[in-house]
This record gives sequence, structure tokens and C-alpha cells, in this order.
Amino acid sequence: MATTNQPGKQPLSEKLQQQASQLSDNIQSSQAWNSIFRPGSIFRKGYTDSPRNRSYVIMNSVLYHLHPVKVKRHAVKVSYTLCLGGLSFFLFILLTVTGIFLMFFYRPTAAAAWSDIETLHTSITFGLLVRNMHRWAAHLMVLSVFLHMARVFYHGAYKAPREFNWVIGVILLTLTLLLSFTGYLLPWDQLALWAVTVGTNMMGYTPVFGNEVRFVLLGGVEIGSDTLLRWYVLHVLMLPFVIVIFMAIHFWRVRKDGGISGPL
Amino acid sequence: MTEIPEHLRKRAEEARAKAAASAPADDAPAESTDSGAASGEGASKIPAHLLERSKAAKAKAEGGAADAGDAAPAITTAAPPAAAGPAPTATGPGGHTQRLLTVVKSGSIQDVKSQPQDKVHVWPHLLVVEFLAALLITGFTLIFSIFVNAPLLQLADPNQTPNPSKAPWYFLGLQELLTMFHPMVAGVTIPGMGLFLLILAPYIDKNPSNKPEDRKFAISLMTIHLMFWAVLVMIGSFFRGPGFNFVFPWNDGLFFEL
Repeated sequence: MATTNQPGKQPLSEKLQQQASQLSDNIQSSQAWNSIFRPGSIFRKGYTDSPRNRSYVIMNSVLYHLHPVKVKRHAVKVSYTLCLGGLSFFLFILLTVTGIFLMFFYRPTAAAAWSDIETLHTSITFGLLVRNMHRWAAHLMVLSVFLHMARVFYHGAYKAPREFNWVIGVILLTLTLLLSFTGYLLPWDQLALWAVTVGTNMMGYTPVFGNEVRFVLLGGVEIGSDTLLRWYVLHVLMLPFVIVIFMAIHFWRVRKDGGISGPL
Repeated sequence: MTEIPEHLRKRAEEARAKAAASAPADDAPAESTDSGAASGEGASKIPAHLLERSKAAKAKAEGGAADAGDAAPAITTAAPPAAAGPAPTATGPGGHTQRLLTVVKSGSIQDVKSQPQDKVHVWPHLLVVEFLAALLITGFTLIFSIFVNAPLLQLADPNQTPNPSKAPWYFLGLQELLTMFHPMVAGVTIPGMGLFLLILAPYIDKNPSNKPEDRKFAISLMTIHLMFWAVLVMIGSFFRGPGFNFVFPWNDGLFFEL
């Protein structure tokens, strides 16, 4: 008591606290800080729970592209959407992240592909884990997109004014299947080769252009190194590019058509 | 300054012009009357009986104030100046400077197209749910991946066909159809028609209701469609063994890789 009682001398902790708050004030009033966070952003003044700040969280973040400030009350019920559409999108993000990691260690040639995966399993940190996650998330995404479609049908959510968004959704389902199927070949093991052989043989029976369709898909008359390169480019670049465009339209239409459907 | 809408401004101008045209006729007789009543009568069109009533009330109030002032001058020192002060010019009855002209109900001039809906803020109500869902699915995938490895068989060998050769699981329904139909029908026509009908569903289904009890037919049809594929995929995945022959998984084991 006697040590801290002298006038003009504060305890060290208080002094530090003061300096810290002054530092945060200085940072939050700097031009750099204010150029990063939009006016009204919660990072400018701190967050206190009020309807105004709840709106600002969405309005002053990039999430405003995806979500409106408010949605219908029933739209946030998990029992209505089962989160399936959102999960499909999130799985796509997870697949992108794990997929980019895998791309660092993979060469799409018949000579190197399989041994690259083998190396990934045995001598790359987290290689096996990330490959597993990519594989299982891919299967989960096919499942969740399929279930999302079923959910939307059973809620009659494809009816006016949402007809076109349903069409986009069916395209997205097809693209998801194609993404999964093109990825199936890339490990270049017996499972990949023969699963894809069975799949592409079916496409060869397309009327009139059967052989041409098969030739274009395989980059030759049978599956080989050219097929691997072709499907690799489809899998990591072209199909993701196309699916992102369709997803953007899909999410935009959800909002333009008045939010999600219902209540029943 | 606020912007006045064009049609309102025009209407106001017309009214002003009309008032200006009729004013001279009214003003001339008002000039001759005594100055006390002129401010009340000439400028505002207050009905005669109301004007009489207000005049009486004013006179009574002035008289009352004067009486009170006479009776107890010591108490109401502040009252006489207020009462004696001149009445504000151009006031209505009772000294009011504003009058209620009309009450316009919202429905009569506003075109209400949508009813207000019960809404909640996306933050925190929706974002918290989404965040939790994302966290759960990430956790599930991570834990599942720690314990279950993705398959990696031997190096691809075009000269050695495994028995059975199976497509990825979501195409096993189609492969199952291959055992029953010509490859063109099984591989192209049936899935093509399925996809085509799926795309056309909203244009075929003209029923506007989304209530399950109103759409028994659509729901039955979709359930049959989904079950058709689900059963075919199940059979293709678990009940097909070497040579793609029918097997029971509990007798002969699984011939299935994810």
C-alpha cells in the first residue's frame, strides 16, 4: 500500500493498460486501418450488440455479396434446409483448399502420377491426411448436392419464381458429378483406370457421335497419358471455373427470387 | 430545402392564383369594418358561429383576468401583462396558429405491394448456424480422414482387368442398367431422359402449392425416381461380385471401393 500511494506514480500494470489502449486508439484512427475497414465496420469502434451493429456486420463485409442483412425467420431453421446447400458450398471450398495442396506434389503423367501419390502417402507431411480429406469430402459433396436437390424438390421450392434456379441447380449437380469423375482417374491406380474405362465406355454409346465423344474425352482411342493430362486440366481448372460461375448465378438468384422458399 | 413534387407545386400555384382572383372582392368590404374584427374575418374563412363563439370566449377570458386582477392584485402580478398583451395576428379560434386540415390514412396514398415479413438478422442468427455447420463438417472429414485412408491400389495396368470392374459409386446405377438394357439405352437414353425430366420439372409441374398434402402425385413420382436410383446404386455397389454377378455381401464379401 505504501509503495503505490505516492502521487503521480501509477502501478506498472495500469500504465501498460493505458499505453495499450492508446496504441489501439492510434491504430484504429490511422489512415491504413480506416482504408481497410469500411465506415461503420465493427473493427473501427468495437462491437456492441445492437440492431444497427448487426446490420453493419453484413453490410460492411464481403459477406454482403452472399447474404442480405435480414432473412425470413423460418429460413434460419436447420430443420428446413438441413444446411445442405451451404454444406455443398463449404465442401467445395474445403475441396479447393485441399486440392491446391495436392497440386504441389502431383504430376499428371502416366509415368509419374501413381508414384507421386505414393510419395504423398509416405514422405510428405500431412500428405496422406490431406488426400484422405480431399477424397472423402468429394464423396460427401456428391451426396450433399444430391440430398439438397431432394430437399428442394420435396419443399416445392422449384416453383415460380424459382424455376430457372432449379435448372441451374441441376447443371450444378451434373458438374459436381463430372468433377468427381474426372478426379477419380488422377491417382492412376487400377481402381481409377478401370472405373473410368467403364464410365467412358458408356459415353461411347452416345448416338451418332459416340466414337467422337469418346475420342475427345480420352484424348485418344484408349485411356493413357493424354487422358490423364486432359482430365487433370478439366478437374483442376476448367470444371471448377465453370462451376464457380454457375454457383455465383445460383446464389444470386436465391436472393433475387426472394430468399429461400417456404414456409410450407 | 426540400424538393416539392411537380404535381403538388402546380396544384399549390393554381390554388394561390384562384385565391388571388377572389381576394379583392372580399377585401373591399373588410376594409370598412372596424379594425378589431378585420384581422379575424378578412384573412381566414372561419365559419361565423365558430368566430362568434371564440370571440365570446376571448372576451370572457379577458373579463375574468381583469376581475382577478382587481380582486387580488398582490398575488397575480404576472397575469395582467399576459392577459393585456395584444392577441397574435392571423390566429385561428383559441389563438391556435395551426389547424388540422385532414388525416390521410396510409393505405389511400401509398401503394403497398408486399406485406411486412417476420425477419431476423443474418448476423448472428444465420451466420452462427452456418459457421457451426462448416465446423462440424470439417471436423467430421478430418476425423474420418485420420482413421480411414483413401484407397490406392496397384499402378494402373491396361493389360490386367480387375474382376469386377466397377464405375464410381454414383454411376453404379447406370452400370446396373447395363446388365438389363442395350448400352445405348442404359448409358445414354435413360440417364439423359432422367436429367432432361429433372430440368423440366418446374415447367411440367403447374401446381402452384408447395404444401405436401397438395402435391401427393409429384412427391410420389420423385420418391419413386430417387428410390429407383438409390436401389440400383445399392445393388451395383454391394450385391455385384466377380463378373458383375449377383452376390450377397454377407456370404461372399464386399466388392466395393470408394
